[in-house]
Amino acid sequence: MLRLEKLTKVYKTGDKALNAVDLEVPKGQVLALIGPSGAGKSTLIRCINRLVEPTSGTVRLGDVELTGLGLGGLRRERRRMGMIFQEYALVERLTVMENVLSGRLGYVGFWRSFLRKFPQSDVDEAFRLLDRVGLVDMADKRADELSGGQRQRVGICRALIQNPSVLLVDEPTASLDPKTSRQIMRLIVELCEERKLAAIVNIHDVALAQMFVSRIVGLKLGTMVFDGAPSDLTEEVLTRIYGDEDWSETIQKVDEDEEVDVA
Amino acid sequence: MAITTIDGQKVWQRRDRNTQLRSWALWLVGTAIFMWCWQQISAVTTWPFFWDAPRIAADIGGRAMPPRWSYMDKLWAPLWDTLNIATLGTVMALMMAVPVAFMAARNTTPSALFVRPIALLIIVSTRSINSLIWALLLVKILGPGVFAGLVAISIRSIGFCAKLLYEAIEEIDESQVEAITATGASRWQVMAYGIVPQIMPAFAGIAVFRWDINLRESTVLGLVGAGGIGLQLQGSLNTLAWPQVSLILLVILLAVVVSEWVSAKVRGAII
Repeated sequence: MLRLEKLTKVYKTGDKALNAVDLEVPKGQVLALIGPSGAGKSTLIRCINRLVEPTSGTVRLGDVELTGLGLGGLRRERRRMGMIFQEYALVERLTVMENVLSGRLGYVGFWRSFLRKFPQSDVDEAFRLLDRVGLVDMADKRADELSGGQRQRVGICRALIQNPSVLLVDEPTASLDPKTSRQIMRLIVELCEERKLAAIVNIHDVALAQMFVSRIVGLKLGTMVFDGAPSDLTEEVLTRIYGDEDWSETIQKVDEDEEVDVA
Repeated sequence: MAITTIDGQKVWQRRDRNTQLRSWALWLVGTAIFMWCWQQISAVTTWPFFWDAPRIAADIGGRAMPPRWSYMDKLWAPLWDTLNIATLGTVMALMMAVPVAFMAARNTTPSALFVRPIALLIIVSTRSINSLIWALLLVKILGPGVFAGLVAISIRSIGFCAKLLYEAIEEIDESQVEAITATGASRWQVMAYGIVPQIMPAFAGIAVFRWDINLRESTVLGLVGAGGIGLQLQGSLNTLAWPQVSLILLVILLAVVVSEWVSAKVRGAII
């Protein structure tokens, strides 16, 4: 579905954020990308929909090579990639409905979007999605009136109304409390299952990642240093990704958490 | 800052001796310059006029009281003109300031190398010249009247509005713009959804603030023949019609108070 080949990004300052990363995400797989701050996780996600221009290497979505596209082609392909952000990145002064519908901007002409005359099918879909995430009563509220968890749900709706084939998720839980974090992660994973979406999820919380995803990729200084199942994530691997630290607690905690969760 | 050791004890003073002396010397020089300037002004002042001033002021004040209320009939039209100059001038200025602001803001300018300097030049040049001087110039070009005042006010306001607006544009939250871009929105859609909602409060605040200033500025434009209530003021001053002058000043004061009240209300409603 999504395939990165030798993807490299060197910033103007000379920092090498990504170093020839090869990665393939098949349809329907949710992949967690872990690594220390500055490892290039955000850059990797942004190089896929070219919010950050990659220096070299290719990104393929299905049959389309994204890296070679012009502006118009890129806009068309961005519609197939929904993105969810760390600080929600909702347009704070617009209503929930407007924020959700903004996911359709790539499909609607300027004047229709400017006058908020979206096709009825889009509005129907927006209500369906808001209902799915439990926010249908909030449609007319302004985004800045919502709590963190509610905002992230709106962010998820905005990404899904694009009808994407891939979700790019950048630290979805970094600004949320532990309980809401789990609910949001569970929601993302469930929705990906329902719609057979591939997803790359940047995440700091290793335990949370282990709980929800089927594949984990570790990034360190722009290079992939681990790619495997959550159960393969040993103390030795975590040391390789993050550096020396006592990791026994982190891994133990996962088991405890899961028990609590089941109970 | 100076630390010295006296009898094995560390003593701290704000300045050491040399710095302290230098500071005293600077104070001395400053005082001397002030005294000299004072003397210069005093030498060219006609003191009899100065000692006379309270009596003259009281005399004019006495003649100006009470205001000639019946003159109000002739003030409604120029007052309406003044309000129109301020309001239309602000609207015209905003229409021109918005594109200039988008061209001047670092994050939205089409070209930082060519377009941005031009936009900044427009901002600086329109801001640096007072609207009374613009009016003087435009009365010569467009002929006397309301239109010259209108254009003077709007030109003068472009730079002010564009500068405040482009600073607001530069301070927006880029992640919201990024999110809209990521949906596949076009450049204009990104502007309408990602940027405009974020700068709306600033825009409305700037608009009423400038309208408030413009109302005050347009009351004096008549002094140079650019329409509005200033024309009546000049006429009354020239003919020493003090009761009319006091009425006009009162009307201007009231108009400014009302505009302050309106802009405070509007600003409160937006936030």
